[in-house]
Amino acid sequence: MDDASASATQVYRIEGPASRAAGAAVVVILLMLVLLPVFAGRTLIQDLIFLFYMLALAQCWNLLAGYAGLISVGQQAFVGLGGYLLFAFTLLGGLDPLFAIPLAGLVCALFALPTALIVFRLRGAYFAIGTWVVAEVYRLVLAQFKPLGGGTGTSLTPSVTSSVPGIEWVKTVLDLRTPAARDIISYWAALALVAGTLAAVYLILRSRRGLALGAIRDHEAAAAGLGVDIYRVKLAVYVATAAMTGMIGALIYLQKARISPDAAFSVLDWTAYVIFIVVIGGIGTMEGPVIGAIIFYLMQRYLADFGASYLILLGTLGILVMLFAPKGLWGLVSERTGLTLFPTRRKLVVHRPGTDRS
Amino acid sequence: MTGWLDALIQGVLLGGLYALFAAGLSLIFGVMRLVNLAHGDLIVLAAFAILVVAGKFGLDPFVAVLLALPVLFVVGFALQHVLLNRTLGRDLLPPLLVTFGLSIIIQNGLLQVFSADSQRLRSGAIETASIPLGGGIAIGVVPLLTLLSAIAVILLLNFIFYRTPVGRAFRATSDDLEVAQLMGIDHRRVFATAMGLAFVVITIAALYLGLRANFDPTAGPARLLYAFEAVIIGGLGSFWGTLAGGIVLGLAQTIGARIDPEWQILAGHLAFLLVLVVRPRGLFPRAQD
Repeated sequence: MDDASASATQVYRIEGPASRAAGAAVVVILLMLVLLPVFAGRTLIQDLIFLFYMLALAQCWNLLAGYAGLISVGQQAFVGLGGYLLFAFTLLGGLDPLFAIPLAGLVCALFALPTALIVFRLRGAYFAIGTWVVAEVYRLVLAQFKPLGGGTGTSLTPSVTSSVPGIEWVKTVLDLRTPAARDIISYWAALALVAGTLAAVYLILRSRRGLALGAIRDHEAAAAGLGVDIYRVKLAVYVATAAMTGMIGALIYLQKARISPDAAFSVLDWTAYVIFIVVIGGIGTMEGPVIGAIIFYLMQRYLADFGASYLILLGTLGILVMLFAPKGLWGLVSERTGLTLFPTRRKLVVHRPGTDRS
Repeated sequence: MTGWLDALIQGVLLGGLYALFAAGLSLIFGVMRLVNLAHGDLIVLAAFAILVVAGKFGLDPFVAVLLALPVLFVVGFALQHVLLNRTLGRDLLPPLLVTFGLSIIIQNGLLQVFSADSQRLRSGAIETASIPLGGGIAIGVVPLLTLLSAIAVILLLNFIFYRTPVGRAFRATSDDLEVAQLMGIDHRRVFATAMGLAFVVITIAALYLGLRANFDPTAGPARLLYAFEAVIIGGLGSFWGTLAGGIVLGLAQTIGARIDPEWQILAGHLAFLLVLVVRPRGLFPRAQD
């Protein structure tokens, strides 16, 4: 066989058996979710806001740990920083809250860069604890910042929370009171953020950089041997996820309207739960965190009242999955069926003259 | 002036406690490259164990710790043999996530059994006894004992590592796992023994944690961070480096607290980050990793 002509017709395709149907389904589901507040009650809307931001956080951590191999237990640094920046911009700077969210993401990225230069000196597992120390530094510094309440924290004033654009419009169109209308705006913002995060992660993974990331995930030394600039790719992922995590943090605290250092930089709320979601669902895949987030939401909804025993159960479940099904629930599904809903793997398609199959 | 001198002395003594926290972490990392995110929670668990033994038999904590030590050695051995040995391999994620899960289980288990109240180990007059050094400076007996115990533990660990057959097995598996296995070493047993030994160190650390200050079920993660910082500041692979790292951390904290009491913990973290920037391999590095 002629080598030159064969290589000329080699193309790759990033597609799985179910991916076109999945693509269509995503559009339909997204449309339904946008219109949901017209029919749904306030509790469901609030629950979905929670589900959305946990999913967005999980997707960010998955990109960081599952693909770039940067196992961080300090992502609460950027959730808390994002939240505090939102409070600073709106309460102290008088900015529009919806404008403050992307700005908070940008500033988080600016903080992430010098942070990375320090913690990247630690390898592997030591990197994990190093990120935790950094999150503690952020928490202790903000606890000293008196204009935002120091160690006890502070609340958003009603003038800020009701200044979110669109509230008046929702109130008149859906005939609701201000708090309910505020939830709906937060819901849409959370939906936009989770859809944006999913789209961003998906596009990154399908790009040239995504190929490099997949290579790092599979074998770091081999990837370096093939010419992937590991340090730069990791730095880019760390800064990008810090920006996304910061925006999610800003949104979370716009919705909560009250912030304190201990809550905003909680390792349990913003890292342990997130790791649980990713591990249960399946690390290193895009589908895994979606499944994990839904399972976590259901457990949180029905079991959280059991307090300490619930957390013991979560920890045990996480350990069991890590030991016996390290690819998570989605890993079990895709191993048996070969199914991918968000295909990111490139498959070689060879066209031979006369056997055109496309 | 005496205030600053006092801060320096107290800092060195506090460093002894941090070196005790760090020695166990350093030991298991040295032998099996395992970074145990539950290390701090295990210290708190051991402190509760001493509390229970002391309370049940009406013993002084210094005696109770002698009863707790063999029990915790067995617990550590079993934990490694049954659970943690399964997580070791090329992939970093399983050991990290399993020990992180363990940390959550221990914290909430303790919360359920002992409630969130803070506890303290009581040992009578020795708790408040101090030795005056003149010039208005005195050193507490318990802090002094802590530092001396840290030095004793490090001498003992160095003896075990470099003078005994067990230590030879530790160093062999650490240097080259495959070759050690070829020489007939059962690495799972070696790792379990190392974890049992780490639990002995953890229990000694727990005694002084409980004598010096209050502890509660959520006190673990902060102890993990101090232990980790001491190990990194000192440099991987050397127990004496770990002692030096603990003392640097203790000094940074007491000097920070001297400037403003709210800065104590922050000053320690900043000293750690500074060392990372200036000397990323620590002050007295030995191991490559």
